[in-house]
Amino acid sequence: MNSQADTVRQQVMWNRLISIVEEQAMALVRTAFSTSVREAGDLSAGVYDIDGQMMAQAVTGTPGHVNAMADAVAHFMRRIGVDNMYEGDVYITNDPWEGTGHLHDITVVTPSFYRGEHVGFFACTAHIVDIGGRGFGADANSVYEEGLYIPIMKFAERGEVDTTLMRIVRGNVREPDQLVGDIYALATCNEIGHRRLVDMMEEFGLTDLTGIAAFIFKNSREATEACIATLPVGASADGEMRIDGYSAEVLLKVRLDIQEKIIRCDFAGSSGLDKKGINVPLVYTKAYACFALKCAIAPDIPNNAASLAPFEVAAPENSILNALHPAPVALRHVIGHMVPDTVFNALDKILPDSVPAEGAGSLCNFQVSLRPRTDFDLNASYDESDQQARHDRDMIAQAVRSEVLLFNSGGSGARPESDGLNATAFPSGVMTMPVEATEHAGPVIVWRKELRPDSGGAGRFRGGLGQYMEVGAVEGHEFDISAMFDRVDHPANGRHGGLSGGATTIGLDDGSPMRGKGRQFVPHGRKVLLALPGGAGYGAPAERERESVKRDLARGYISAEVAREQYGLSDADIETVQNAVRYGRTV
Amino acid sequence: MDSQSVRLGVDIGGTFTDVVLERGVEQYSTKVLTTYTAPEEAIVEGLRQVCAQAEVRPDQIRQIIHGTTLATNALIERRGAKTALVTTRGFRDVIEMRTESRFEQYDLNLSLPEPLLPRQQRYTLNERIGASGEVLIPIDKHEIQALAEDIKTAGFESVAVGLLHSYIDDRHEVMVRDILAAALPDVMISLSSEVSPQMREYERFNTTIANAYIKPLMKSYLGRLESRLADEGVDCPIFLMHSGGGIISLENAAEFPVRLVESGPAGGAVFAANIAARYGLDKVLSFDMGGTTAKICLIKDHTPKTSRVFEVARTYRFKKGSGMPISIPVIDMVEIGAGGGSLAHVDALRQIRVGPQSAGSEPGPACYGRGGEQPAVTDADLILGKLDPHEFAGGSIALDVQASGEALERCVAAGLGMDVDNAAFGVAEVVDENMANAARVHAVENGEDLSEYTMIAFGGAAPLHAGRLCEKLGVDRLLVPPGAGVGSAIGFLRAPFSFEATHSVFMRLQAFDAAAVKALLAELREEATRFVRSCAPDEPVSAMYKVYMRYSGQGWEIPIALTDAQAADPDPASFRQSFEADYINLFGRTVEGLGIEITVWAVNATTAALPAGSLEPIAATERVDVSAERPVFDPAIGARVDAALVARDAMQTAHEVAGPAIITEDQTTIIVPSSRTAKRQSDGCIDVCKKPQGSDSV
Repeated sequence: MNSQADTVRQQVMWNRLISIVEEQAMALVRTAFSTSVREAGDLSAGVYDIDGQMMAQAVTGTPGHVNAMADAVAHFMRRIGVDNMYEGDVYITNDPWEGTGHLHDITVVTPSFYRGEHVGFFACTAHIVDIGGRGFGADANSVYEEGLYIPIMKFAERGEVDTTLMRIVRGNVREPDQLVGDIYALATCNEIGHRRLVDMMEEFGLTDLTGIAAFIFKNSREATEACIATLPVGASADGEMRIDGYSAEVLLKVRLDIQEKIIRCDFAGSSGLDKKGINVPLVYTKAYACFALKCAIAPDIPNNAASLAPFEVAAPENSILNALHPAPVALRHVIGHMVPDTVFNALDKILPDSVPAEGAGSLCNFQVSLRPRTDFDLNASYDESDQQARHDRDMIAQAVRSEVLLFNSGGSGARPESDGLNATAFPSGVMTMPVEATEHAGPVIVWRKELRPDSGGAGRFRGGLGQYMEVGAVEGHEFDISAMFDRVDHPANGRHGGLSGGATTIGLDDGSPMRGKGRQFVPHGRKVLLALPGGAGYGAPAERERESVKRDLARGYISAEVAREQYGLSDADIETVQNAVRYGRTV
Repeated sequence: MDSQSVRLGVDIGGTFTDVVLERGVEQYSTKVLTTYTAPEEAIVEGLRQVCAQAEVRPDQIRQIIHGTTLATNALIERRGAKTALVTTRGFRDVIEMRTESRFEQYDLNLSLPEPLLPRQQRYTLNERIGASGEVLIPIDKHEIQALAEDIKTAGFESVAVGLLHSYIDDRHEVMVRDILAAALPDVMISLSSEVSPQMREYERFNTTIANAYIKPLMKSYLGRLESRLADEGVDCPIFLMHSGGGIISLENAAEFPVRLVESGPAGGAVFAANIAARYGLDKVLSFDMGGTTAKICLIKDHTPKTSRVFEVARTYRFKKGSGMPISIPVIDMVEIGAGGGSLAHVDALRQIRVGPQSAGSEPGPACYGRGGEQPAVTDADLILGKLDPHEFAGGSIALDVQASGEALERCVAAGLGMDVDNAAFGVAEVVDENMANAARVHAVENGEDLSEYTMIAFGGAAPLHAGRLCEKLGVDRLLVPPGAGVGSAIGFLRAPFSFEATHSVFMRLQAFDAAAVKALLAELREEATRFVRSCAPDEPVSAMYKVYMRYSGQGWEIPIALTDAQAADPDPASFRQSFEADYINLFGRTVEGLGIEITVWAVNATTAALPAGSLEPIAATERVDVSAERPVFDPAIGARVDAALVARDAMQTAHEVAGPAIITEDQTTIIVPSSRTAKRQSDGCIDVCKKPQGSDSV
């Protein structure tokens, strides 16, 4: 075999490794129990060389896992000790600082042995619905309150599962079957990846992964550096963004420095720690800063140790973007998801017309904790002929406790050449759950989930629309909602003359106001009304194509008032559009 | 239907309409250019040609079976009717919000596919059914009547009705239909509880809208076809191939045209399944590679794998999520952008990439000499010696080797510092690896180990690549059937009458209600059988029972086949046993201490598959005369080897040739790698097997 043919073979193997991690991720989706994994795709999977360097990673919905996954295996090697690793071992942790940023992400690492020799690792991470403690939410004062902590340890040694660990886990969480099922699913998915790796090594006659790892790292590094070389060396710019925070308003600041072969991203000047659980471990900040830069500069280069290396990210210790133990970090995504827009704010000054306006940013997730209603005394005597009383008692008797997590998205920011995306996640890429599936997961009722007109910031290109949601419970239940919303006081900012997107609103259907963050009680029979934020506009609204304004009006993306007042559409045009819709004519 | 009956199979494809006439074992086929404006005209033309060849009159044809891409194309090209959606208040935008995610994470300028119906064509009603089928908000008939007025004013031709949880309780949907139908007699109505009674509103609504959207068009086409064929003297029934690989009546097809989507490829899978039956092969991988895409399907026990949901009209490099989901019973296939026309380039990582962009037939690969500048897979195949430049497509297209070499040099070799030979090797190897990866991922999703499989290859480009694919997948045996160019149309003639009835009903094994299960399965069987009987009143109909099971709390079910005994006398212990066995097979181990539940119940009623024909055993093989040799690049060896050159026509039953060999025919060329030996079976199939270990000298 000549060296040119060898190059072809290495390319084939690289493709194969990417395919293997995709299979690994697919196996996790198919076997996981938490809706967050199986419906929303909040997971990641990767393969590593013998030194713990990530060679390939599945493209899943979670940029936040990107760098975290890249670093994780090194922590396992240090904690477990490579001499203490055996065939059949499976390791586990949910350490926010050595895993992926909060206790709700379980990371499982499996060493891969080929013909008795240790050749590499598989790792995967999944977001699980409950890990005990206060429940998923922002209210904890330290990480100790946020749930069960599993330090890096063996889940299985030589194939034997640690039953003590499993008993402790079962005893500390609200949905033990789900969690244990998910841990097994994580182990299974690594096993599937391992089997495929063995097939590949057989086929290509490999005894170790050193050669293919070197090939991947060299090509990735060079390609990333070539992308960076297209930027002006020595350029630097500052960016910032203001958001709600929890205890106090949060300022995110960044300085970008383009250097030869590397980009530095420093978050000095950002706010200090919040008292509550929205703080971000550095590993998660790195992930989203890297993601933003990769999207704008090197979108086609797969993630691995070498393609991530040229992006250097720093933040001062115990700032909100580099929270140290034991800061509470459960909702690190709320702030972490805002990092890309902050980076784009700086990048826009170096690479004009390449990045979008601000969008909703963080996912608009919330968790509901349902239980039988407590405002009804079952022990009180009642009149058996009272139909209503009997009905109420029946409903309570059938009521259950349940935790349901819902993932939802606001609008994304308008782009330099196109509108923002309606109700579509960015920077996160997780999926929403079907309402019909959610309503089978627990006694929750989603009464409304549809686009929110007029919430997309006006501009030459319009921001994506947010959405309306209304959430209640099946009769006989009351619930707490753990809110995780930002952009109540700080809607998405427009770029280059574009207007802001719609702000978040939240309240009960009886008009009582609610807070954007924190666990709040919803009495029996009440619904929570949510308006999730829109993305901001790009360029001045007056420059928007008239045909686009008319189309938006016809579709009801904008109201007649907005068409008239923000875009200057004439009353005659508005009437023409309204008539066209009524009579079924194309606009 | 006796064995000498004349039957006609018709497949309308994107470029050609294939017509096959069969009388017993005799087969006559033709390819006619598809006539887009009036697709029935090409059929009539093809019908005349094959009737003339076979010397039969149209009135002697006893049965016509038809499959078509028209439904798929109407969805891709957005050429449907003026359609409205009626849905539950609060859920107007389900089809537009999709999964709220981006199918390509790193593309800041991503555009999402537009929903089939823009927002102003989506109406809502104040009603609501809960997850257990309870009425949370009763429907108001006055509101429906008012809605009928709006629909009339706007002039919609077709209406889709999709209400939340209607797969559990269809009362509200039925009421909407009854009132709309009375008020708007000329408007066609499709209910989600009939078109696709499955949980998950995005998929169900989208499927129902797709059905409503193409219904007027397909109904009118099928009506015209019927009368046009009658004009030609045809007086036999016309049946349609559906996406699940069976046949339904013209009336059913007109009512549920979304079931015709991807019926052509389904015919290809049935074609392969029939050959699998003839050879008694329990595990077969069908591999269909044409000019633009490759399709791969698993066939177990002579039955193609089926699925409940798939995606059509992918807009972004065939990427998952970039199309629209259709949830109907369908033959489960992976389709990737890998064909003879797929274009190669070198990306920023200095990696060779192939497809999904295709040169198509115009300008075609560089070697066609019609202005193609970029190298296609066919160019690489030509450089590697797999194709004869003078004998391509029966000699009708002269291939320009120099143009291929220049294109490969310019777009691949130069950037990588390689010579043209290695660049061509790289392109072929990358496209083969892409297909092998797709096959592997598909197998893992189904818990299958491909090394136990036999491959059946058809389509113009497949025999050139199938041998290498087998090496990559560890598949030992490959069959290349005759008539591969019209495989789908032949497949139509092999398909049974079949219909799958499905229903979503949740049941935990802990709360297993045997009587209810028995009743449900009987009801589904009755429904499915009724459909089949309407086509084939006299044939015996059998039923296959399937349930979709999972651990309580999981989101993805696995299909579990039930035995007749399990259906007749349902017992939770035996259901559990079947589930656990399949789960272990798929994922390695069961999960301790968790409940198991059933979500979907399905019964497939079917007539018997057509006889697969028989094979004469080959007592001894005989080496075929090899008159010429041609060097061909063998990727497993990484160098050129001298390959025996044989015409397929020259190979008689039991003739054998050892790889490396090139077997040529008008429509394609079979490449037999050095590691394989090929022989001709009595049915005309070329049977390519791995040489026994240590027998390289054959």
